[in-house]
Amino acid sequence: MSDNVAVEEQAPAPATVAIMDQRPGPEIAGESPLHHADLDSLAKQGKRQGGVHLRENKLLGHLTLRCNQSNSEQLAAVVRVLDVALPLQPLTSVEKGDVSIRWMSPDEWLIIVPGEKAFEVESRFRDEMEGHYSLVNSSGGSTVLELSGNNVVDMLKKSTPIDLHPKEFPVGKVVSTVFAKSTAIIRRTGDKRFELVIRRSFADYVWLWIQDASREYGLVVDA
Amino acid sequence: MFHIYCPHCGEYREEEEFHPAGQAHIARPLDPEACSDKEWGEYLFFRKNPRGLHHELWVHAAGCRKFFNMTRDTQTYEIKEVYKIGEQPSVVAE
Ligand SMILES: [Zn+2]
Repeated sequence: MSDNVAVEEQAPAPATVAIMDQRPGPEIAGESPLHHADLDSLAKQGKRQGGVHLRENKLLGHLTLRCNQSNSEQLAAVVRVLDVALPLQPLTSVEKGDVSIRWMSPDEWLIIVPGEKAFEVESRFRDEMEGHYSLVNSSGGSTVLELSGNNVVDMLKKSTPIDLHPKEFPVGKVVSTVFAKSTAIIRRTGDKRFELVIRRSFADYVWLWIQDASREYGLVVDA
Repeated sequence: MFHIYCPHCGEYREEEEFHPAGQAHIARPLDPEACSDKEWGEYLFFRKNPRGLHHELWVHAAGCRKFFNMTRDTQTYEIKEVYKIGEQPSVVAE
C-alpha cells in the first residue's frame, strides 16, 4: 500500500497509466473477427438485390469510457478530446464527423473512432481527464455490422425482443440487448438502417444467424 | 414472461435481458468477527421465501448491467414496483 502512494507522488497521474498502440505495424495486415467469411469476395460475387444489406465496418477503434456524469470537469474534458459531448440521456447516441458515442449505462459510454485514431484519442484522454475514471480500448473485442434495406426490421424482429417501431425506436436510439442467443448493441442510424456492435467470439455465429434470418428477403453483402 | 421496467434505462424490457440475484436489502454485518456462528450463518445462507410480497435484487444483465430492486408478489407474479439500490420500497407487506 505504501509503495503505491510513493509512486503516485513521484509521477503525475497520466504517466502511471500504461497505454500502447494496439494496432500492428503496416507489415501486419489486421484481421477482423469475420476475416474468414471473406465478405469482400461475397460483395463482388454475391447477389446485388435483396431486402437486407450487410456491411462490416471493421477494425474501428472501440473505447469504453466509464466516468461520473455529474462531474462537470470530466464532461468538459470529453468535449475537449472528442469535440462532442457525452449523451447523458439514457439510450441515446451522438455522432460528429468520424466520432460516435453510445450511452451504455449511467456511467458508461462506448466511443467509436477510426481505427488509426484510437491511440491518439486514448492518449488525449489521459492528458485531459482528471479524477476517477476508466478508459479501455476494446477494439479487438468486437466488430461493427451495418444492416440496412427494406426488410431489415423484419430480419431484426426475428433476432431480438426489442420494439423497433420508429415511435419506440427512433434514429439515434441505442440499446444493449439480446440478439439471437448472443448479445448486441443495436443503434438506429437511419429509417431502414441499423448498426450492430457484436462480440468477436460471437461474430461468426451472428454472421451465420443473419444469413439464415435474411434468407427469405435476400441478403446482399456490401463492401 | 415478465415485462420489467429498468430504472436505469428508463423503459420496459423483456425478462430474458435480466437475471434475478436473490433477496434484496441484505446488509453485511459491519463487524463479521463479532458475529456468532448463528448470526453469520443466517446472513450467509438463510433467505425469506414469502408467499406474497417479496423484495428482490435484479440485474439488467444484457442491458445496462446495473442492479436494482424489485417488489414482486410471488403468488400472482405481479411486479409492484422497481427502485434503485439505496432506495427504500414504498410497497411493503403489512
Ligand atoms: Zn437497464
